[in-house]
Amino acid sequence: MTVRDIRDLLETQPTFAGLGADELDVIAGCGRNVHIPAGTSIFREGEAADTFFVIREGRAAVEIRVPQGGSLVLDTLGPGEVLGWSWLFAPYRWHFDARAADDIRAIALDGECLRDKCAEDPRLGYDLMQRFAQLMLDRLQSARVRLLDLYGSRERR
Amino acid sequence: MAPTVARPLEPSRYRVARRRVETPDMVTLALEPIDAPLHEGLPGEFHMMWSFGVGEAPISIAGLPADDGALLHTIRAVGPVTAAICAAEPGDVIGIRGPFGSGWDLETARGRDVVIVAGGIGLAPLRPAMVALVRDRERFGAITLLVGAREPDELLYLEDLEAWGATREVRVAVTVDRASPDWRGEVGVVTRLIARHELDPEATVALVCGPEIMMRFAARALVDRGLEADAIRLSMERNMHCAIAQCGHCQLGPDFLCREGPVLPYSRLEPLMQVPEL
Repeated sequence: MTVRDIRDLLETQPTFAGLGADELDVIAGCGRNVHIPAGTSIFREGEAADTFFVIREGRAAVEIRVPQGGSLVLDTLGPGEVLGWSWLFAPYRWHFDARAADDIRAIALDGECLRDKCAEDPRLGYDLMQRFAQLMLDRLQSARVRLLDLYGSRERR
Repeated sequence: MAPTVARPLEPSRYRVARRRVETPDMVTLALEPIDAPLHEGLPGEFHMMWSFGVGEAPISIAGLPADDGALLHTIRAVGPVTAAICAAEPGDVIGIRGPFGSGWDLETARGRDVVIVAGGIGLAPLRPAMVALVRDRERFGAITLLVGAREPDELLYLEDLEAWGATREVRVAVTVDRASPDWRGEVGVVTRLIARHELDPEATVALVCGPEIMMRFAARALVDRGLEADAIRLSMERNMHCAIAQCGHCQLGPDFLCREGPVLPYSRLEPLMQVPEL
């Protein structure tokens, strides 16, 4: 798959919607198309966060290992969503595990490559940082709502 | 709105025909009339249910006799009255008044896509609407059911969810707050499902029921997707007592939820939902 093919795929993803062709080309230069079979571990807590994923098909489960037990699923991510942002911030280590809940087709983006490109082109860096900040805001708000234990509320009979 | 009930303050006796434990604190009772049956009711309306000698509580209709062969109510034990109703066994007698309130008004959704968003026991009042939508499938556009619960074990009506999903005529997505890796559905808040599913905002009517905070977030997520506030219908809950708009316990701003509600458009509810302590 060529850089142009990757660019065409990125263009259809909500996270990169509205970016110019030049910017998409730069990002695509750090990307590759991947297929991850269902059940495969994508990354594990503590490992180097050097790659993140834009999911095109399938779902990924973000999990945490429970002491003396199995795992708990914290979140599921599907088509159009981004898996991983620890590549953005030092020390570039994953905080959770991720596993393919289904067969996944995704664009894998090299985090270090993209950080270097952003350092070279601060305008692109600012644009991408805004997009990832929005993504983190959405996830933070979801996490806050979950803290409310909504369905456990005793108000509705 | 339900037709006028002939003797709205007088309960009719119903016998518990079947009892199904849904979750540790929720049961579904199938009821058959002992006295003359009440007016059938419409999806979204509610009854006042009596546990004789204990008290009464407003409970949404979860299934209609025409669809399910008996009147179904799913009750969650949140206090002495609902605990007593939940404890009723087959053969026990329950009092019923009603039906009361405004329903989901599915007639005005004909020809349009319908998105149903349910949280926890909020699926109960939406169940008869889903049954009607599936039964009259050709009268509606795309039907999407989005369900949220705390854990997989707390999901209501699993058989219905599987049957609706299996028809491929309805898109069904279920999400829970927490799960083990063997859970095959989604994990996350139900509002995330709204962002993930295709919908045509100009052609869509949304029916939402669950705890009020969930409905507030769900309605906002639907507005973010481009739906008009008028096209979003929420089923509200307050402390209904008389159910005939006399006692004022269920007043929400200018409305009595037992009469104008419980189903009201978000356009009317949004400003009220911003009022502290209302």
